[in-house]
Amino acid sequence: MKKTILVVDDDIDYLFQIKVKIQQFGFEVITAESQREGEKILETFRPDLVLCDLMMEREDSGFILSYKIKKKYPDVPVILATAVTAETGISFNANQNSSKSWIKADLILDKGIRSDQLEKEIKKLLKM
Amino acid sequence: MATLKLLVVDDEPGIRSGVERIVRNFKVDYPFMDDAYDFEVTEAASGEEAIELIEKDMPDIALLDNKLPGMQGVEVLEYIRNNNYEIIVVMITSYASLELAVKATHDGAIDFIPKPFTPQELKSSLENITKQIFLKRMARRMKDEGKQVRFQFLSVLSHELKAPLNAVEGYLNMIKERQLGNTLDDYNEVVERSIKRLQSMRNLILDLLDLTKIESGKPSQKKQNINLTDIIRSSIDTNMPFAIQKEVEISLSAPETVIRFLDPEEFEIVFNNLISNAIKYNKPEGKVNIILEETQGKTLISVEDTGIGIESEDMNDLFRDFVRIKNDKTRHISGSGLGLSIVKKIIELNKGEIIVESIPGRGSKFIIQLPS
Repeated sequence: MKKTILVVDDDIDYLFQIKVKIQQFGFEVITAESQREGEKILETFRPDLVLCDLMMEREDSGFILSYKIKKKYPDVPVILATAVTAETGISFNANQNSSKSWIKADLILDKGIRSDQLEKEIKKLLKM
Repeated sequence: MATLKLLVVDDEPGIRSGVERIVRNFKVDYPFMDDAYDFEVTEAASGEEAIELIEKDMPDIALLDNKLPGMQGVEVLEYIRNNNYEIIVVMITSYASLELAVKATHDGAIDFIPKPFTPQELKSSLENITKQIFLKRMARRMKDEGKQVRFQFLSVLSHELKAPLNAVEGYLNMIKERQLGNTLDDYNEVVERSIKRLQSMRNLILDLLDLTKIESGKPSQKKQNINLTDIIRSSIDTNMPFAIQKEVEISLSAPETVIRFLDPEEFEIVFNNLISNAIKYNKPEGKVNIILEETQGKTLISVEDTGIGIESEDMNDLFRDFVRIKNDKTRHISGSGLGLSIVKKIIELNKGEIIVESIPGRGSKFIIQLPS
């Protein structure tokens, strides 16, 4: 059975484009346009992986959503996709111990990442 | 060489002397800086001692352990923020939780480093901070020199301009790679969306042009006697196609002539923004009522709509640059987030006032008051 990925982003065009990409990797995709909508879906549905944007309703929506996902589904991998680094100079790294304790995402990726890299990262997290 | 004062607050002497050793011969130097920075370390073993030292000799940077014997690190951070001290705070902690991080970030902590940390981790954090301090000082100097450089404005602007570019680029790549099929029809939606994003980008650029007209902050040189009623009528005409498309009815109640000494271009911008907002955030078959009246030596103009309204918690942000109220009702409405900030600037340049009254779900009323 195909694995299902939940993508959360408030830019509907980014959402559509990433959906097409991920479908081509061979996954089912469901989408949400906000942290709130994402939470609603997660109430009744357990995706195999979540890819979410950092700045949505609020500038830290992505952190909060990933925290909530991990609380409900500790085993579901979460990728935070963000353009923040390029714009603010602030860098987060989910693999650094400093951040690991408070950023509950498994991976933080730049939004401009190439398709093949994204595919590799997703499959790695899904142990495929 | 410039020196930054670094205060290390940690109850473990080993950490304090470690920091001292790491930064002793450490310099931060970027090509864009005219001077390299080095660091002078002072040490505090508790939060209480830290506050004493801060009061005695204000540091530029504080490395703050969260877990301290008495007062906690976040409390020191809070103290710094409450006094509006310009100290850049880095939290050193092995017990960070999301709550702590969010709270500390809220209170202005800039960075987190783990405990124990490697010299490299400390150094790269200091590099980032030095860059920030440098830019902050630079920005202040420019401001002092009267240059209206607005770093924050520019960085948000670049985000707002990049988002549509990324979207359109993404769509073009989809077309290039034939991701949706081999016929042109497969891409109708993609082309539609691209055009929409480009249009909103154009609107942003037009708003920016409006902004540059008033950005000097000086009263306009193009003031003349104008009939405000005419200006409003022409704005209504400009917005009529949009109103018809959205099935919104516009009415105007105004004396035939209200002559004021104003810049006509500025007030076209004001009315175009208010009227197009009143249509944009309206409901189908909604109404826009515009009233212009003269009372007690004042000119009052109100633009009232029957639209989605504004929540009271959003009122304060309404007139700020690039602020768009984000909720389920506004998500699919595009805008630059500049319109109302421009309107407010123009009104204030003309010694007037603008206020807003709103009932969520029922509608909003923008009221401009101008001295006669």
